[in-house]
Amino acid sequence: MRGRTLVMILYLTFLMVPIYWLVNMSLKTNQEITTGLTLWPHRITFENYRTIFTDPSWYGGYINSLTYVAINTVISVGLALPAAYAFSRYRFLGDKHLFFWLLSNRMAPPAVFALPFFNLYSAVGLFDTPWAVALAHCLFNVPLAVWILEGFMSGVPREIDETAAIDGYSFPRFFVRIFMPLIASGIGVAAFFCFMFSWVELLLARTLTSVNAKPIAATMTRTVSASGMDWGLLAAAGVLTIVPGALVIWFVRNYIAKGFALGRV
Amino acid sequence: MTKPLDNRAWLLVVPVFAIVAFSAVLPLMTVVNYSVQDTFGNNQFFWNGVGWFKELLDPATDLGGRFFAALWRTLLFSAIILAIQVPLGIVVALSMPREGWTVALCLVLMALPLLIPWNVVGTIWQVFGRGDIGLMGWGLNRLGFDYNYNGGVIAAWFTIVLMDVWHWTSLVALLCYAGLKSIPDAYYQAARIDGASRWAVFTTIQLPKMRRVLLIAVLLRFMDSFMIYTEPFVLTGGGPGNATTFLSIDLVKIALGQFDLGKAAALSIVYNLIILAVCWVFYTVMTHAGADRGVRGDPAAGEAPDHAVPPATTIPLDRRAA
Repeated sequence: MRGRTLVMILYLTFLMVPIYWLVNMSLKTNQEITTGLTLWPHRITFENYRTIFTDPSWYGGYINSLTYVAINTVISVGLALPAAYAFSRYRFLGDKHLFFWLLSNRMAPPAVFALPFFNLYSAVGLFDTPWAVALAHCLFNVPLAVWILEGFMSGVPREIDETAAIDGYSFPRFFVRIFMPLIASGIGVAAFFCFMFSWVELLLARTLTSVNAKPIAATMTRTVSASGMDWGLLAAAGVLTIVPGALVIWFVRNYIAKGFALGRV
Repeated sequence: MTKPLDNRAWLLVVPVFAIVAFSAVLPLMTVVNYSVQDTFGNNQFFWNGVGWFKELLDPATDLGGRFFAALWRTLLFSAIILAIQVPLGIVVALSMPREGWTVALCLVLMALPLLIPWNVVGTIWQVFGRGDIGLMGWGLNRLGFDYNYNGGVIAAWFTIVLMDVWHWTSLVALLCYAGLKSIPDAYYQAARIDGASRWAVFTTIQLPKMRRVLLIAVLLRFMDSFMIYTEPFVLTGGGPGNATTFLSIDLVKIALGQFDLGKAAALSIVYNLIILAVCWVFYTVMTHAGADRGVRGDPAAGEAPDHAVPPATTIPLDRRAA
């Protein structure tokens, strides 16, 4: 028993120390950071955070990121719902091949798609808009959402569909009024994963934007290299990118375990 | 229970098909197009056949040598990552508290690294590993190690592997934890009555029950480590020298750095085919594992101690089948 607790404590410490170090740095002045190693900020300053919240080029990045993440989550889950239903309830021509093809796109390396996406979205006039990034992230988020939702839907007995049909429900009404509430946790988990993978991705987001829709992650890399070594500001920006994820985890904490198994336990 | 055959189900799949085709097939066609052509600039292209592929797959050429070096590096990285993360993830999952408020706390803390943007992960470790301002770099130097991830090959690999273990082990652990949670208590009680050792419980109850989620974990971890880009790019930029230039980094260098479209496209296609092949193997194994379970599931459930309480749903199902 004690061994288990020890492993857990060691592991969580290993996870938390680098994050603590980032938070620690974000609360220091640059002078304190560079003059010597201190394990906690001796003079706490919120100057770095103030800079981010008052400078539009900084907080704009957060708004851009959250915009495309939100658009992507809505599109991915919205489109995946009917498709996942089809996969979980029916056999149809080419279903297995189609499912594999979808899945293989989840595994495709974004590096392969960076350049063609740049050409494609420039050609259709979406370059440097949140829509370009949101649509590009559909490449891996839509298959993932289908995969997760299919797992959850297969857990719902088919008798429910048949009973609803006998009771005179039309398919759309049945789907929205009866079926969706049944898999609400699955929808939450799918949305969580779409949020997660869209939020953490940088390569495509950076390639498809230049000024107006630049994500916070890209803002971080550029501004810092331009202004020399502003470690405190970099750390503060980093800490702020962790916050949305932490909030989202807190909301889905009860479904996290089943969610990470993609509804297949 | 078999699903009914109904081709109208395609109507429900069409939107997904359309959007994925738009964002996958269209760009891939561009890549195929570039891969068989050469250019003198000014958007003037001419047919080059399989020239780029020949060059790419011949280790004697400049491009081929570079490709194979990056490929082995990436495979080595994936192998190291799987060898560390899978056992560690299982150990962590087994160490999870059983109940109480600590469960939620552990889950939330474990999931935290997974939701940090990948370049921020790179930044965190860049800062953490620096000798002057980072706790780890400073500590290692103090202990007498000559540690500098921008200078030494070993140090660079060590940092990247440690970063990835930090970043992704929780995914394996959470998947295994979900698998463990699905084991009914009765199994453990039966094992206790039989006087099974801790190790026997692990190999005969827990490991088989985790097989499915472990497959998912290995698949996801292999794929994501095989296409890793952002974290090492931020941390080392592929250096020192080319020591940590993985396939994705090399590809982006060729495509967006040198704008060598033909070479980049040929590399993209080979890269994609490797991924597709591995993915197919996993998919086949996974669906077979699922089918096995379906066939053998019933007799196994009959031996299981919890079979006295059959799930309520099986009754109407059987009646309908009859």
